Amino acid sequence: MVALKDLATPVKPDWCPGCGNFGILTAVKGALVELGLDREQVVIVSGIGCHGKIVNYVNVNGFHGIHGRVIPTATGIKLANPELTVIGFAGDADQYDEGWDHFCHAMRRNVDVTLIVHDNQTLGLTTGQTTATSLQGFKSKSTPFGSVTPPLNPIANALVSNGTFVARGYAGDPRHLQSLIVEAVRHRGFGYVDVFQPCVSFNYLNTYQWFRERLYKLSEQGHDYTDRRKALEKSFEWGERIPIGVFYKEEKPTYLDTLPHMKGKTLAKLPIDDVDVSVIIEAMK
Amino acid sequence: MIVNKLSFLIGGEAGAGITRSGFLFAKACMRAGLNVFGTNDYQSLIRGGHNFYVVQVDTEEVYSQSDKINLLLALNAETVALHKDELVPGGGVIYDPDDAPQNTGTLGREDLTLCPVPLKKIVWEELKEDPIMRNTVALGAAFALLDCDMDLLEDVLKDTFKPAVAEANVKAARKGYDYAKSNFGGSFGYKLVKTKSAGKQRILLSGNEAIGLGALKAGCKFFAGYPMTPTTGLLHFMAENERSMETLLIQPEGEIAAVNMVAGAAFAGARAMTATSGGGFCLMVEGLGMAGMTETPAVIVVGQRPGPSTGLPTYSAQGDLRFVVHASQGEFPRVVVAPGDVEECFYETMRAFNWAEKYQTPVIVLTDKYLVESQASTEPFETSRVKTERGNLITGQFQGTGEYRKYELAETGVSPRALPSTQGAIVRANADEHDEFGFTSEDPATVVSMVEKRLKKINYLVKELEETGVETTKLYGPRDAAATVVSWGGTKGPIREALKILKRDGVVANYLQIIYLHPFPVERVKKALDNSKKAIVIEHNKTSQLSSLIRERLLRDVDGTILKYDGRPFSPAYLAAKVKEAL
Repeated sequence: MVALKDLATPVKPDWCPGCGNFGILTAVKGALVELGLDREQVVIVSGIGCHGKIVNYVNVNGFHGIHGRVIPTATGIKLANPELTVIGFAGDADQYDEGWDHFCHAMRRNVDVTLIVHDNQTLGLTTGQTTATSLQGFKSKSTPFGSVTPPLNPIANALVSNGTFVARGYAGDPRHLQSLIVEAVRHRGFGYVDVFQPCVSFNYLNTYQWFRERLYKLSEQGHDYTDRRKALEKSFEWGERIPIGVFYKEEKPTYLDTLPHMKGKTLAKLPIDDVDVSVIIEAMK
Repeated sequence: MIVNKLSFLIGGEAGAGITRSGFLFAKACMRAGLNVFGTNDYQSLIRGGHNFYVVQVDTEEVYSQSDKINLLLALNAETVALHKDELVPGGGVIYDPDDAPQNTGTLGREDLTLCPVPLKKIVWEELKEDPIMRNTVALGAAFALLDCDMDLLEDVLKDTFKPAVAEANVKAARKGYDYAKSNFGGSFGYKLVKTKSAGKQRILLSGNEAIGLGALKAGCKFFAGYPMTPTTGLLHFMAENERSMETLLIQPEGEIAAVNMVAGAAFAGARAMTATSGGGFCLMVEGLGMAGMTETPAVIVVGQRPGPSTGLPTYSAQGDLRFVVHASQGEFPRVVVAPGDVEECFYETMRAFNWAEKYQTPVIVLTDKYLVESQASTEPFETSRVKTERGNLITGQFQGTGEYRKYELAETGVSPRALPSTQGAIVRANADEHDEFGFTSEDPATVVSMVEKRLKKINYLVKELEETGVETTKLYGPRDAAATVVSWGGTKGPIREALKILKRDGVVANYLQIIYLHPFPVERVKKALDNSKKAIVIEHNKTSQLSSLIRERLLRDVDGTILKYDGRPFSPAYLAAKVKEAL
C-alpha cells in the first residue's frame, strides 16, 4: 500500500501558479493512498495538453500517449491485464474534441477503467484557444470575436451513451474530488469524472470565483443517482447553479464480464511459448 | 484427354455464393491429391454485379491462376459473355439454359463443349430448395463432366456445412452430377483423378488465414480491428478462433482506436496486432509513431488495394510501399516485411512478433488483396520452425540497481523491458521525448541520446538478420541468368508461373524476391543484382516504388520495369511475354 510520500517524483510540476491541475494532482494522490493500492498495480494514462504532464508527477506506472487517445490506450492496457488499476487523464480538447468518438463508445463498452477529464474549457498548452466546452462568446486567440458555437454537454452525452458512472468534480475542492475519484476507481465499469479546472492564464471567464458562486453538491440536495432520467435532467442544469458530484451510478457487467472465456484470465500472463494451433490446421485439410 | 491439369472458373452475380463454391471445388481437388490455387474477383457490392473465382489445379506446384480457362461454370448469362474468349479450344461451359439459351454459333466459338444444365428447375422443382443452391447443383455437374470421384465433393460439403445444410447440399450436388453424367458423360476432354497423395494431407488457406494462424501460433493474445477490405478476412478468422484460442478480439470505433488499443495491450505485455488497408493505415499513422517513440511492440498488418483514397476497394495493388516505409513524423526504427505466399504469411507473421518484442518497436506486415484473399494448398506448416523470442523481458521481480529505467541507454539501444505490475519497477512510457526513466525531457543532450538509442536498434536487427540467415530475400532459378526479375509481395505467384513458361520456352531467367523492405537487405540485393545481366522490376503500381528504393539504397538503376495498375492480378503469360520483350 502506497504512502503519500512515495507518490512524489523528482520532477517539479511546471503548471502555472494557481493552476487547477494542482488541485486535481492533490486529489489523485490522496485517492491512491485512500484506495490502498500498490504503486506497481496502478497505470495512469494521459493525453496531450497541460493535464498530460501528470504522468511525470505521480510515481506509478504511466503511459503519456497522444492527443485524444487516452481511452483506447487505457482500454488496451486494462484488457491485456485486468489486474491493473488503470486511470486515464484527458483534457477537454483532448477528450471532447480530438477524442470525442472514443468517449461515447467507452461509455457503452464499460471497460473497468477510470477517466478523469481536466476540463478548463480552453486549450492551455497551445496558449489559449476555444474547445468543445468553451462557453459561447468565449474570446480566445482562435476566436477573437467570441466563440460562436455553444458548448457540448459531456455529462449528458455520457448519460445517453449508457455510461455507468458519471460524475463531475471541481479542482477547487480537492477533498470532494478525491472522494469522487475513489468512488470512480472502485466502480466496476467505466468510471468517468469531469473536473472543472480553472485555467488562470487563458480562461478569464470560468475563474475560481465564477465556479465558487455557482457550484453546489448533488449529494446535499438528495439527488437520486440511480435514476438515469433524473441524472439527465440535472446534467442540463447550467447557469446560476451548477451541480457537482455523482450524477449517475449503476452496476452492470463490465466488458470483460461479458466474455466467458476471459474469466479469471490475464492475457499478458498467458503462456505463449508453444501455442497449440493443430485443431485449426486440421480443419483446413 | 488431359488429366489433372485444369483451370476452372465459376462466375455469377454477387450473393450467389461464388467464392464459397470456388473454395469448395478447390478443396475437393486438393483432397484428390492435387495442388490448387484459387483467387476471387468481386466488386464492392453485396448483390448483383459480376463476381468470379478461378481455380488452378495441377499435379505440379501451382502459384497463381492461369490465363486460359478449361471449364467455365456460368451462374448467369453475363458470365458466359464475359469469359467465353478466355476458354481454350475444347473448353466446356456449364450453364442454365433458362438464363439464356447458348449455341456455339452465336458465341462464335464452334470449338466449345456446351453443357446446359437446368439448374433453377432442378432446385425449384426437384429439390424444392432456395435458388442459392444452384451453385451446388452446378458443382455436382462439373464433377460429372470431369469424371471426378463424387465422394470428394460430398465430403467437403459435409465438412463445411452444418449437418442439415450439408445434407441438402449433398443432395443438390448429386442431382447435378447425375444430370450431367447422363447427358454429357464422357464428352469432355479434361479429367480429374485421385493421385497417391489423395486424402486429408495438405491444407488450403488464404493469406489472411495464414497470417491469423501465424499470429495465434506466435501467441498473439489481443487483436483490435475495424473491418476494411482486404484484411476483413483476418478479422473474421481471429473472431472465429477467439474463444478456443484464449485471445481477445475487439472491434472498436475505428482504426485510430484499434492501433491505440494495440499499443496499450502491447505495453501491458500481451502480444497484440491490428489489421487494415491503406485508408485505415492512414488513420493509424499517429499511433504507429507513438509505438515507435514509446518503444512499444505493435504489429500492424496492411493489405493493399488500389488508392488513393477509397480507390478500388475490392481489388489489388502495391501502391503503399513508400507510404508504409516512411509513415509518421519523425525518425524511428520499424520493420516492414512483405510475405509473398501463404507459407511466408505464416512464418513472417510469427517472426514479426519476435522482431516487435526483441527490438521494442512497431512491425508492419505489408500484403495486398491478391495475396491475402487468394487461397492456396500447401503442406501443413512446421509450427515449431520459428520459436517465440521475447527479447530482454524482465520476468519476476525487478532486481536491477536503482530505479527501473524503461529507456535505459543500453549498448544495443534495446532497454530491459519490464511490464507494468512487475514488482519493484515503475514503468513509464512517454510519447513526448523523455529521459531514461520516461520523464518528459527537452534537454538537448538527453534528446540526442534518446534519438540515437532508438535508431541504433535497427543496426542490431540488421546484424541479427544477417547472422541468423533469415531469408530477407529469396532467389529462385539459376544463379546466372539472362534476366533477373525483382519483386516483392503478392506478385510472387504469377512471377513463379511466368518462370515456368520462360523455362519451357528456353529463356534462362531467375527471380529475386525481396521479403524485408525495411531495413532494406542491401547486401543480398546488391549481390543478386551484380550477378544479373538485366534487372527487371515487376510491381503492381504506376511509379515502381521498389525501383526507387533500390536506387536509393544501392545507388543504381534497374534495367526495366513491368508495371500494372488496374487492380487485377498479373497474368503469367503476360509477364513471360514482357520479360522476353525486355531481353
